[in-house]
Order: sequence, then structure tokens, then C-alpha cells
Amino acid sequence: MGALDNDTALEVREGVDRETIETVQAMAGKYKYGWETDIEMEFAPKGLNEDIVRLISEKNGEPDWMLEWRLAAYRRWVKMEEPRWAMLNYPEIDYQDQYYYAKPKSMTKKPKSLDEVDPKLLATYEKLGIPLKEQMLLAGVEGSDEPRKVAVDAVFDSVSVGTTFKEELKKAGVIFCSISEAVRDYPELVKKYLGSVVPQSDNFFATLNSAVFSDGSFVYVPEGVRCPMELSTYFRINAENTGQFERTLIIADKGAYVSYLEGCTAPKRDTNQLHAAVVEIVILDDAEVKYSTVQNWYPGDEEGRGGIYNFVTKRADCRGPRSKVMWTQVETGSAITWKYPSCILRGDDSQGEFYSIAIANNAQQADTGTKMVHLGKRTKSRIVSKGISAGRAQNTYRGLVSMHPKATDSRNYTQCDSLLIGDRCGAHTVPYIEVKNNSSRVEHEATTSKVDDDQLFYCRSRGMDEEEAVALVVNGFCKEVLQALPMEFAMEAQSLVAISLEGSVG
Amino acid sequence: MALAAQKSDALEARIARLDRPTAGWTAKARADALARLSSMGLPGKRDEYWRYTDPAGLNLAEAAAAALFDAQGEAPPFDGIDRLKLVFVDGVFDPAASDDPALAGVEISLLSKTGGADLHWAQGLYGTLEAAGQSPVARPFAAMNTAFATEGVMIRATGRAAKPVSLIYLHKSETSDAILHHCIKVESGAELTLLENGPAAARFSKVMEVDVADGGRFHHVRTQGRDHERRAITHIFARLGRESLFKSFTLTANGRLTRNECVIDLTGADAVAHVAGAAVGDGDFHHDDTVFVTHGAERCESRQVFKKVLKNGATGVFQGKILVRPGAQKTDGYQISQSLLLDEDSQFLAKPELEIYADDVKCSHGSTSGAIDETALFYLRSRGVPESTAKSLLVLAFLAEALAEIEDEALAEDIRSRLEGWLSRHER
Repeated sequence: MGALDNDTALEVREGVDRETIETVQAMAGKYKYGWETDIEMEFAPKGLNEDIVRLISEKNGEPDWMLEWRLAAYRRWVKMEEPRWAMLNYPEIDYQDQYYYAKPKSMTKKPKSLDEVDPKLLATYEKLGIPLKEQMLLAGVEGSDEPRKVAVDAVFDSVSVGTTFKEELKKAGVIFCSISEAVRDYPELVKKYLGSVVPQSDNFFATLNSAVFSDGSFVYVPEGVRCPMELSTYFRINAENTGQFERTLIIADKGAYVSYLEGCTAPKRDTNQLHAAVVEIVILDDAEVKYSTVQNWYPGDEEGRGGIYNFVTKRADCRGPRSKVMWTQVETGSAITWKYPSCILRGDDSQGEFYSIAIANNAQQADTGTKMVHLGKRTKSRIVSKGISAGRAQNTYRGLVSMHPKATDSRNYTQCDSLLIGDRCGAHTVPYIEVKNNSSRVEHEATTSKVDDDQLFYCRSRGMDEEEAVALVVNGFCKEVLQALPMEFAMEAQSLVAISLEGSVG
Repeated sequence: MALAAQKSDALEARIARLDRPTAGWTAKARADALARLSSMGLPGKRDEYWRYTDPAGLNLAEAAAAALFDAQGEAPPFDGIDRLKLVFVDGVFDPAASDDPALAGVEISLLSKTGGADLHWAQGLYGTLEAAGQSPVARPFAAMNTAFATEGVMIRATGRAAKPVSLIYLHKSETSDAILHHCIKVESGAELTLLENGPAAARFSKVMEVDVADGGRFHHVRTQGRDHERRAITHIFARLGRESLFKSFTLTANGRLTRNECVIDLTGADAVAHVAGAAVGDGDFHHDDTVFVTHGAERCESRQVFKKVLKNGATGVFQGKILVRPGAQKTDGYQISQSLLLDEDSQFLAKPELEIYADDVKCSHGSTSGAIDETALFYLRSRGVPESTAKSLLVLAFLAEALAEIEDEALAEDIRSRLEGWLSRHER
């Protein structure tokens, strides 16, 4: 609900009294993580050119091959055009008016262990509820008898601050570190897999990322290893006018298993900030990867000022037979979301799943979905997408299901539901379905509806106020996706769904 | 810029042989349409709405030859239906084969006969709905049609038409390239049924603008020939007033290339629009249904039902959209597109879209693709039904939902028997 100051534009609808509208007004624009950390930063000069690319590479202490790879991407990017096919409306981005590298001064000399990290940085993560001390548990997990361990890689603007449980993971053979460390310490693995799922030439934003990515996480789970704990990366944008370009590379070797969580937040600002990430996942024979995201970048205020422009390329390549990937995302933040986590189902009998909740409130715009590319025989995919629009927000599901001629006996099921709250928002569905063999079955279903009055009335008659009732109904609407999340995230996601919709009733 | 020049050269070549009258009541609409066409250019494979259908055959300066088809004595569609027949041979009106265009409740005139006059009731309609339908998606062939149409029927229904008006398109020249543009106005409370059949030409472009006033009812049933090699690009642009009804059904049985676009604007409250299609394709067949329904008023209902049965490398395309404008509350929008792939060479490409800007609406779409249900086939065979009959039964059952959109029983029966005939001829 934006533009509430404009009384004439406001239509008081049936069952909505002035009081509700005033509450709405008071609530709009709540964002828990909007504070910033006051810390001395070191910036590369504003703008983007080959020198900046060289500088980022040098700051990361990268070998020549890595620099060449970046430069090749940069030279390609200069010739590319920004895609405009998404249902997103935003002013032209000035790519020269950004910082492409920002790191806390205290990180100039890389700390040897977490004990040496600037306390200010540690405090930042503590405030965000992210445990960087190994004895701490992830906030919000209650009632489990045995403490669950989660290893965290914390990325602050352009650099990784630290990674926890490294030693314990090493014992199991799992490599979990920042990508800049991986380039130095495991060049063979990085050379082999980087860009093999999302090539440098993939798309405008992925190519930009290939040129300027500063940090991100690297995971390698060796053959037959079940990763002993959940891995997570927490991204924090702090510095002003700074873009964040992280790159994540996950490799699950034959028969391996890993569950990976990703979280992100940013301070409240009136200007827009750019975030263009790439996530590549390689899954070999019989391996399985679960990738869960709670995206909570600053969404901008109720008038649509500020917020993150989030252009992300995520793709998993199920290379081996019987490999499996599951994407789960809860998208509540960002002013602009452009994101299509995809599955290439190359191995026979491989499986891809995509569960998504996208919530857009106020002036947010989200264009998100997935691609399921069936190449192998008997491959299976399932898409469950729930889009919720409120205020003046626009929410689009865009997806592709492609059954290649050789992907015989494959199966896809897609369900995308949209929920509209208020009469000034929009909900859109743009699926592409391409079936090129007849033994595969493809089913697509989509519905659009409003919050059911009967359900609301029932909740209200049981003594709930309207906001609580809406949150309950919406949580019910999202249930299928929330259930697919790891427990740590499910709790956070559930409350996020409620928070993101605060102020949208009416 | 080289690309822009190339595009404009291709367009110049495409329209070089076409003739545009610069006098008479359509002159202004034609000039405007040409200007629209010049700014759009011809479509290419890179255009979003042509990604699944290659427009090359429609872009060629001259129509590719299409062999004449021998129906081998088979009765033409709608044979037993009492109707007023208007016959066009390769796009040219044939008065000798046609009925006298006098019908109670209906006023009929021909573009070629009235085009020279300065005034005509259809002046406000010709090119108007086509122009409105160019946004947000450009439809260059429709603009080309408005600019260069050589013939067309202007039908105004002022009451309940005594019988259906039937347009019959015969194909007698192997390289004919026909452009027809019809305008239909159904006045308040009036009712009209329009039938169309036949391949028309080696290459056929047709635009039909239909304006249904408050409370008017319009029924449309067409068959696009069968087993002909023709290429066709057709457009229907419809505007619906309050409490009006629009129902259109199309049967397509083969044809080298068919693109049927249907653009419907529900502008009055409580209007109802149903668009349905059944397509059966065997071999070198490319069939594309592109439908765009806009809900601009409250309590309107729209249904899109498209079924395709494909074999031997046939391709079926469906691009459908339901757009609900702000304020179009209580909208009921439904869309289903399904394909039955009878062998592994055929393909189905679909893009069923929803774009919704109102909250109190019920909109859904579904799309499925798959082979014949083996268990259903097994059941029928276990009951003694021969395999080929069982397959035909299942195919007909699959198409039934689309056929159910034809309100008139006799017409529905006619279509059903044609389908049965086609299926039995194309068993292998």
C-alpha cells in the first residue's frame, strides 16, 4: 500500500475501515535489517573498466589464468545489451556509477582465524543472528535436543570475512571456503568447473559477474561423502553505491550429499544498489544437492525509493545418472528481482525440483521462476511456485519446461499459484512449455485468486485480527514450499512471510 | 542500421506486388495501416511471438505453390445446413456460385463492390479493431491485410439472422495469394452465426473485425480445409459490449502452415467470450493458435479451449494470454491447451500466459502434453474394441471439450463426423 497520502486515490473497500488503513500506513516499510555498520572501508575507484577487473584480481591474489578469464568476460560484456524482456520497470542502471570492490580496511591483511577478525564485523553478524563462533547455534532453532551444526561463510560487501567449521569439514573431506581461497588453494577444481554450468557468455548479468566477482563460496563434497552438517553463506551488503557480485560454485561428486543455505540482507538506503550473483552447481552420479535461499535484501520503502536490484543467475547441472537437485527459495526482499534458478537434467533418471515463494509488497517487482531442461531419459521435475502480490507490486512467474527428443519417458509437473492482496497490484504467469517427444508427460497448472473471504471470516470469528488472519491464510497458501525448506529456514521464512505482508491488508 | 535497412527491403519486396486503393471509404484506414506496417516491419524468428512459428513462408514476396486437393467426392462441410452461401475462389468473389445476399435481419455488402464509395457503415470499423489490437503485441500481417485487402464481406446484423451466413473459400490456382478482410457488426440484441470453410488459396491472409454491441450474440464455426498444402495467417479482432456473447470454434485438419490469431477485448460488463480450436495434424503440419483476451470490464467470462492431436512430425503451438485490467473485478478467465502426441516425432510448444491487475478474480490455465493413455486403450481392447477404433474413440474423447464449445447441435455433429472421417483416413 503505497501512495496512501493520496486520499482521493484510496478506495475504501467493503469490510475495510479507516483504522485498518491507518494501521497499514504505520506499518509499511518495516525492515528489520536496515541498519548499517560504521566501518572503515577500502574502495576501488568508481566505475568499470579493464583496470578495475585487474585490480579485483590482484586484490584476490589470483593467478594469471583467472585474470585472463575475467578479462575475456569483461570484453564480451562490453558488447552485450542489457535484457529487457522481463516484466520489470526500472530506470537505466549506470554501470559506471558504482563501486565494484569494497572491503573493510581491517580485512586488508587476511585474518588467520575468526579470533583475529574485527569485532565490529563479528558484531554485525551477531546482530543479524548469524553465528560466527562455532559454539553458537543458529538463532531461531528451538526444541531440538541435539544442537545442529551449521557451517557459515560470511561475505561482507566484496570479501569473505570468515568460514566456520572448516577443520571439522576437512576431516570429512569436504572443502568449504571462499571462492578466492579456492582459486589459490584448489586451482585444478576451480579451473575444471568454473563457468562449466553458467558460461561467461551466458547472459548480460552473468557475464558482468564473471568479470568482477569478488568473492563467494566454494564447496566440494568428495565421492560418497554425506556432508556432516549444513553449509551456509550469508551475504551482507553494507557500503553505499557498491554492487555485490558473488560467485558460488558447488560440486557434489559421485554419491555425495550436501544441503546449502543462503541468506542476505542490506541496509536501508534511498538509492538503489546492484547485486548480480552467479551460482553454479555440478552434480555427478547419484549425488544430491539441496539449495535453499531466503532472499531478504532491502526492498525499498513504501514509495519505492531505494532497494536492491537483484539480478541473479543460478543453475544446477545434473550431470550424472540419478543425480538430484532441489532449489527452494523464499523471495521477500529486493526492489527488483530477476532470478531463474534452473536445472539441466542431463543424466538419465536425474531429478530437479523447484519450490518458490515470491512476495512482492509496496513498489517491489519480481520476475522469477525456473527452467527445467530435460535431456536425459526418465528425468523428472517438479515446480511449485507461489506468488503473492500486495500494495502496488508486480509479481511474475516465468518458467521453461523443455523436453528434448531424447528425454524419453520423462515427467514434469508444474503448479504456479498467485495470490493478490489489494486491487492495485499485479500477478502474472509466463510459462514456456516445449515438448519434443511423446512418451514424456508435462502438466502445467496455474491459478490466480484473492485471499478467500470465507477463510478470513472464519479466522476472524475465532478472535484473530485481520493481519494475523491474512498471515495464517497466506502461510497455508505457501505450505507446500515452506515444508520443503530446512528447519532453520522454515522458521525464518514463516515469520518473513508474515512480516513482508504487514501493512498490505485492505 | 544495416539490419533496419534489410528489414525494410524485405518488407518492400513483400508488398511490391500488392495493390492499395487510395480512394473510397477504406483509403484512410489503408494508409494508416501501411504506416503501422512500415514501422513494425515483417516478423522474424527472434520476435517473441514468433519464436515457435517460422514466418518465412508468409514473408516471401510470392506465395509458394500449393497443390490442388481432390476431396474425392467427400461432401463439403456444413452441407446439410440451411445457410446463405457466399463463395470466393482464390480470394475472388464468385457471384454465380453464391446465393443472393438478401437475408432478413442482416445487411451484406462486398468490399469490391462498395469500396469505391465514399461512405459505408463499416467505415468506423474497418482497420479500427485491428489497429487497437496491435498493442502490446505487433501483428504485422494484420496491418498488411488492412492495407492491401482485395475483397471482404461487410455484414451488419440488426436482428436475429434467419440463417447462418456461410463463407466458402475455394482453391483453384496453385500459386494464388489471397487477402480478405471482413467486417462484422452485430447490433444491440441481434444474433448472427457465421460459418467459414475451405483452404482459400495457396497462401491466405484473412482479417475479421467483429464488433458485438450490448446484448448482441455472435457464433462462429470454421473449418480450414483438410489435407491442403496451403499456408494461412488469419486474425480475428473482436470487441464485446455489455452482456454480449462471442463464441468461435475452429477445426484445422492439416495444412502446411496455419497461424490463427484471435484478439478479444471485453469492454462491457458481463460479456462472455469463448474461443476454441481442435487441430489434427499428420506429417508436414505446423499449426499455431495465438490468442489474446483482455478483460476490461467487470464480471466478464472468457474461455480458451485448444486441443491438438499430432503425428508424424507435426508441430502444434499455443500462445494464449488472459490480461485482466485494473478494475475488471469478478473476472472469470479459463484457459486450457492440451496436446496428444501420437508418435515420438511430433512436438507441442506452448506459452499460456496470465497478466492480472485486479484482485477479485478467478483465473486459471492448464496445459498438458502426452501420449495416448495406455490403460484406457487396454481397457477398450479388453472389451473387444479393435485397436484402431479404440484409438479413434480416445482421440475424439480428447477433442470433446473443444467441440463442446459449439452451441448448435447440427453444426457440432457436422464437425464431429468430419473429424471421424479424417481420423479414419489418417490411421497410420
